[in-house]
Amino acid sequence: MANTNSYLLKVDDLKTWFPVRKGLMRKTVGYVKAVNGVSFAIKGGETLGLVGESGCGKTTVARSIVRLVPATAGEVIFEGTDVLSADKKRLRQIRKDISIIFQDPYGSLNPRMTVGDIIGEPLKVQKGIRGSELDQQVAMLLSKVGLAPEYINRYPHEFSGGQRQRIGVARALALRPKLVICDEPVSALDVSIQSQILNLLKDLQDEFGLTYLFIAHDLAVVEFFCDVVAVMYMGRIVEQADSQELYHNPLHPYTKALMSAIPEVDPKLRGKRQRLSGEVPSIMNPPPGCPFHPRCPLAEKVCEAVEQKLEEINGKRHLVACWKSREH
Amino acid sequence: MGDNGKLLSVENISTHFFTEDGVAQAVQDVSFSIKNGKTFALVGESGCGKSVTALSIMRLIAGPQGKIVSGKIVFDGKNLLDLKEKQMRNIRGNKIAMIFQEPMTSLNPVYTVGNQIVEAIRLHQKKGHEQAWADTVEMLHKVGIPDPERRVSEYPHQMSGGMRQRVMIAMAVSCQPKLLIADEPTTALDVTIQAQILDLLDKLQEQNGMSILLITHDLGVVAERADDVAVMYASRIVEVAESKFLFEKPLHPYTQGLLRSLPRLGISAKRLQTIAGTVPDPLHFPTGCKFHPRCPIGNSDKRCQSIEPGLRQVCDGRCVACWYAPGYKTEQEKKNTN
Repeated sequence: MANTNSYLLKVDDLKTWFPVRKGLMRKTVGYVKAVNGVSFAIKGGETLGLVGESGCGKTTVARSIVRLVPATAGEVIFEGTDVLSADKKRLRQIRKDISIIFQDPYGSLNPRMTVGDIIGEPLKVQKGIRGSELDQQVAMLLSKVGLAPEYINRYPHEFSGGQRQRIGVARALALRPKLVICDEPVSALDVSIQSQILNLLKDLQDEFGLTYLFIAHDLAVVEFFCDVVAVMYMGRIVEQADSQELYHNPLHPYTKALMSAIPEVDPKLRGKRQRLSGEVPSIMNPPPGCPFHPRCPLAEKVCEAVEQKLEEINGKRHLVACWKSREH
Repeated sequence: MGDNGKLLSVENISTHFFTEDGVAQAVQDVSFSIKNGKTFALVGESGCGKSVTALSIMRLIAGPQGKIVSGKIVFDGKNLLDLKEKQMRNIRGNKIAMIFQEPMTSLNPVYTVGNQIVEAIRLHQKKGHEQAWADTVEMLHKVGIPDPERRVSEYPHQMSGGMRQRVMIAMAVSCQPKLLIADEPTTALDVTIQAQILDLLDKLQEQNGMSILLITHDLGVVAERADDVAVMYASRIVEVAESKFLFEKPLHPYTQGLLRSLPRLGISAKRLQTIAGTVPDPLHFPTGCKFHPRCPIGNSDKRCQSIEPGLRQVCDGRCVACWYAPGYKTEQEKKNTN
């Protein structure tokens, strides 16, 4: 890529709030602050991982970036233009450059369309390609993702989960996007298939110079796949660092607990882990101060009162939003 | 009581589904045994037959298409397959209880959680409503539901996924079962909640001394919790071992491939190792060893392509079904060496 050192996507203080309406007049009584002040940036050709438990807002971040849900405030700068304020014409162009791979390979493919129609649709709509040229391009995409070009006239139900996800990948690549948002692309797949898809995504990144925003809940997968990892909790990023640095030196108590909760494939490590008590609080009425304080083993008075901003701590691109982890 | 401290032994069970497109052999010749007070894990990818094995033990295979065609399931000295339906109903939910993957769909949305647990208790124990209700509140307290007196009158939709799974567990252990079958109990939950639920199962096992049959696709969960493991592939068990041995030195190429294809924290690699191909369709299984088309040894080996290896003991308590596993010998070969 020409400009590998500059940022392809920059998200600045993104907020996506959903109004909660009640009563006869549908008056807005409050907001679900699904994304509440998220900032990050991805360099061209790099992969940024967004991890967190269900409901932490990672998918809403993805959807806000391509304006599938309207953002409440903030900026999303893609190649120098603000996506959130772009007009229709510009937005259409931007959507050519950003595509999404979805989690559920069963729900995200229209069962009444053939594989050729599914993969060819973006080419038809965006580029007006028809006829034999379209077939040719679809066949090329199929072989790129490891499927036989003869499958072009088959329907999604004739494929296994892993093959369907390959179809989803081919569709996402059809327009030669610059940024691909992968929303839990492997969490619905079996272990032996998961590794195939992850390798495929890596190969395609090398071949086409793709930039990925990779959303997942599995820290081990993210650590393998991503250059930079951001950990989300209740609509905010609580820690962000290069993936090796984050793994070897996690600072936020939530990140530590999340890592500790992953069952390791090694019976020798049994019982050596830190537990989190309680559950994720309701996002309808988040706790004051640091949203993690009710579950945090280190929480003090100050955590209940003041929310921490994400700040760099050691000059190694390592950002964390916690008082306690900054002390040492 | 069962012999040698065994609570349950499954012997050569085969369960088939007779569909319009042919016979799906969902479980073939599966044998294993669970010791008293221990956790036995059945691990495998989706469609390998692990859930059907569990349902076969509970005799919950839906007829007329589904049928247990052969084998024995000996629980507490009795073959469950010989019991009348009424006798079986006495065991189900009482001595053998089950929790399912989806805490959303396995609770009835129109009854309070209290009512559902009381129903289970009163079905199997001679207790009045009030006594059963009091027991229910205590059970909910035991499984770590805060404020159980209030929560007992709530409906499932008022609870989070983790809480619902706790309710399911409370219901399952309310009759002090000897065996708890947990079918992917934490798959639908977040990792931090998963850890809590697995801890809870450990605690209950310690208190009640029950055995657990843990069905999962997550090798990490197996490594953390199980005493013994059986790995299933395409309807058959391909390897059985104590879990510490299995993870130290997997013998079957499928188990080896699975362990290698997992991304692991702290071990950086440019690419993941994979198992080529996909799981075969149960209506069209390959001939010979079912893993041979995906196996680095078997895909070019005549014997693997034509003859299916049975599960055989190879050393101290380890069984494997692979012609090339170290120590794997046919009866004939054993005789010759003796």
